[in-house]
Amino acid sequence: MTKKILIVDDEANIVISLEFLIRQAGYEFRVAHNGKEALERVATFEPDLILLDVMMPQINGFEVCRRIRENPDWQDVKIIMLTAKGREVEVTKGLALGANSYVIKPFSTKELMAEVKRVLGEE
Amino acid sequence: MRLPRFGWLPILVGVFTFLIGFALAWFVYPWLNNSDWVIYLVGLLALLLVGVGYTLNFLIQGYTHGVKQITEETKVIIRANPAHRVSVAGPTDVKKLAETINIFAGRFQDALDNQATQIQQARADLEEEKNRLAALMSELTEGVLVCNIEGQILLYNNRAKQLLSQLPGGFWGDKIGGFVGLGRSIFGLIDRNAITQALEDLAYRREKQRSPLVSQFVTTATNGQLIRTRVAPIPAQQHGINGFVLTLEDVTQQSQSSRRRDILLQALTEGVRSSLANIRSAIETIEQFPQMDAAKVGQLRKVIYDEALTLSARLNQITAEYDTDLRADWQLEEMLGSDLLWAIQRRFEDKLEVSTAVAEPEENLWLRVDSYSIVQAATYIMRRLKVDFGVTEVKLRLKQTGQLAAFDLVWDNGKVDMDTLWSWQNQSLTTDGGGSALTLREVAERHGGEVWCQADKTINIAYFRLLLPTTQAKPIRSVQIVQSSRPEYYDFDLFHQAGQTPEMDQRPLSELTYTVFDTETTGLNPSEGDEIISISAVRVVNGRLLRQDIFDQLVDPKRPLSLASTEIHGISSEMLAGQPTIEQVLPLFYRFTEGTVLVGHNAAFDMRLLQIKESKTGIKFTNPVLDTLLLSAVLYPNQKDHSLETIAQRLGVNIIGRHTSLGDAILTGEIYLKLVSLLAEQSILTLQDARSAAQKTYLARLNY
Repeated sequence: MTKKILIVDDEANIVISLEFLIRQAGYEFRVAHNGKEALERVATFEPDLILLDVMMPQINGFEVCRRIRENPDWQDVKIIMLTAKGREVEVTKGLALGANSYVIKPFSTKELMAEVKRVLGEE
Repeated sequence: MRLPRFGWLPILVGVFTFLIGFALAWFVYPWLNNSDWVIYLVGLLALLLVGVGYTLNFLIQGYTHGVKQITEETKVIIRANPAHRVSVAGPTDVKKLAETINIFAGRFQDALDNQATQIQQARADLEEEKNRLAALMSELTEGVLVCNIEGQILLYNNRAKQLLSQLPGGFWGDKIGGFVGLGRSIFGLIDRNAITQALEDLAYRREKQRSPLVSQFVTTATNGQLIRTRVAPIPAQQHGINGFVLTLEDVTQQSQSSRRRDILLQALTEGVRSSLANIRSAIETIEQFPQMDAAKVGQLRKVIYDEALTLSARLNQITAEYDTDLRADWQLEEMLGSDLLWAIQRRFEDKLEVSTAVAEPEENLWLRVDSYSIVQAATYIMRRLKVDFGVTEVKLRLKQTGQLAAFDLVWDNGKVDMDTLWSWQNQSLTTDGGGSALTLREVAERHGGEVWCQADKTINIAYFRLLLPTTQAKPIRSVQIVQSSRPEYYDFDLFHQAGQTPEMDQRPLSELTYTVFDTETTGLNPSEGDEIISISAVRVVNGRLLRQDIFDQLVDPKRPLSLASTEIHGISSEMLAGQPTIEQVLPLFYRFTEGTVLVGHNAAFDMRLLQIKESKTGIKFTNPVLDTLLLSAVLYPNQKDHSLETIAQRLGVNIIGRHTSLGDAILTGEIYLKLVSLLAEQSILTLQDARSAAQKTYLARLNY
């Protein structure tokens, strides 16, 4: 069964390449452009993995992560945080709130896809 | 004129005698011839004179004696005891005088009492003002110094001392700084020209009525610190200035960090510019020549990719470095984790009446925080928890994980709504009236940290977590020294010190500045190689012992300590390892004692130790020296025991903290101040008086 990935990022320019990479890797995907949309998509699309950007207006990545983990139905969804600052406190906070992994921007596309595979247990 | 009591008696006697005589004369007249009559009259007159004389004597006795007595007693009232009253006796007028004087004495006593109360009140007020000022100054993060126009320090706070004094690192440098202390000159610490220039600048601003009336400059301390000094004038009542106030701030870190940021910014702009230029030209070339061969396109693509990598790497590096510099800008202080928890607990319990348990944090967990804003943030969360959700019982905990410390505010999770808690992060902290405009998240970010809330449903608790960076643990050192008394030591001539000038000799003891000092040694024989292992001193200025103005330093003797000596002074070899050597410490101690009279108990012993080091260090202590042991012997020549303890007991000086060499120096100082006032009663007033009295006693004791 094809794994489903939700891309959550408010920056259209990075979404372009992410979409392309994920399609090429053979996954099914949807894109959400803000936190609110992301939570709606999680309910409807039921992804296996979320690529979640931290820095977003209104509901940021941390809050999206927390809300997902608060829902008992969504405990198994894997979350990879995309963080731009890369500070240790931020990474610690993300993991504490239930993220499975994190990738620091700017990232190498190869590393990102390798991490996606690893988290999905496809290695 | 009214007669005194019984004053009529002699007159009555006189009149009675006269009448009897006259009556007798009347009876005997027939038998007398003319000449006998004359003799009889003369006899009668003589009798009358005796009566009058007796009366006069009585009157004179009553008046003059009474007045003399009144005079003496009045003197007692004026000079010694205002509560004394003149005895009321003697003739009525004398009694009246005595009564009047007594009324006057009563008024006099009232006036004195009143004056004393007023003085006491004024003193208490002054003391309170002083304490308030001292408390205020000690809380300041800036150093503050008040100087008179000659540059003498009149007031300073600890921070100023800390900034300007030799720091531990200073021992290892070759430059020697000055000491901060009352009555010392500021010019020994800060370049005179810089201050003069600032004062001139201020005079100019004043003349031109420019504000603010503050001038500033940056100086380098002897240990390389950059200290920004602001100078503000203290205007005189008439014209010109009385002195100036200096505020000091260590800007070493700030300026380093801003310099580093400048470099980073430059590196960023230049680096980004060239990489971007390369990427842009590559892309534009591809766009302009669609028919370009594949090999060339591949080459240009590689350029784009490589440059993007360079940009990533540069950004990563800058993020890492800039992060610490950003934090250095905020006023953070180092604080023990447990102290922070304690402060928050107290605040919760006092202000919010919330029962607060504290989980004991790890020992030596140091944080770099602005404690005020952290306490404020915690209080904000707690207040809202209490008001919005009725939480009245919480637990505080602090855990260290790697370079980070997690501060948690934990409570039993009832019906608390996480979305609400989450929204608090972005609201400004407006607790207890004077709130700050910062949000919880901003407070966290300024500390280089993060804040969030979380629920642990398995054990039904929820917590707010504040993640903070930790800092290096600070070593805590405490030294306990137990000392036994030394034998009296006469191997050094105290009385012929080169630094004794005639001018100094003539000055009153109460006006001189003293360094009261004490040493600990490896043993009692300096000539046989016993060494100093600790020097402590305290200054006495204007008859006041300045407990803040101290010198207290352990010294590595570069030789093993005997177990016996460790038992006496409690200093072990481990405590001395890594301490500066006597060659490093003496130059500093010399600076500390400059221009003062040295005071020690059995000072000859300590002076001998310093003298032995002369050839090695090139430092010669030429200060005049006074010995409390000898001065005590001057006052109590018949007592044999002049040990520190005995003198202290004799003079009623409290023996507290006598287990450190600093404690001994302070005790000696207190004793010395008592001795000075007792010596004054024996007309020993100047330094010369004290020295010659001590010398006589010294010789007497030698003979003895």
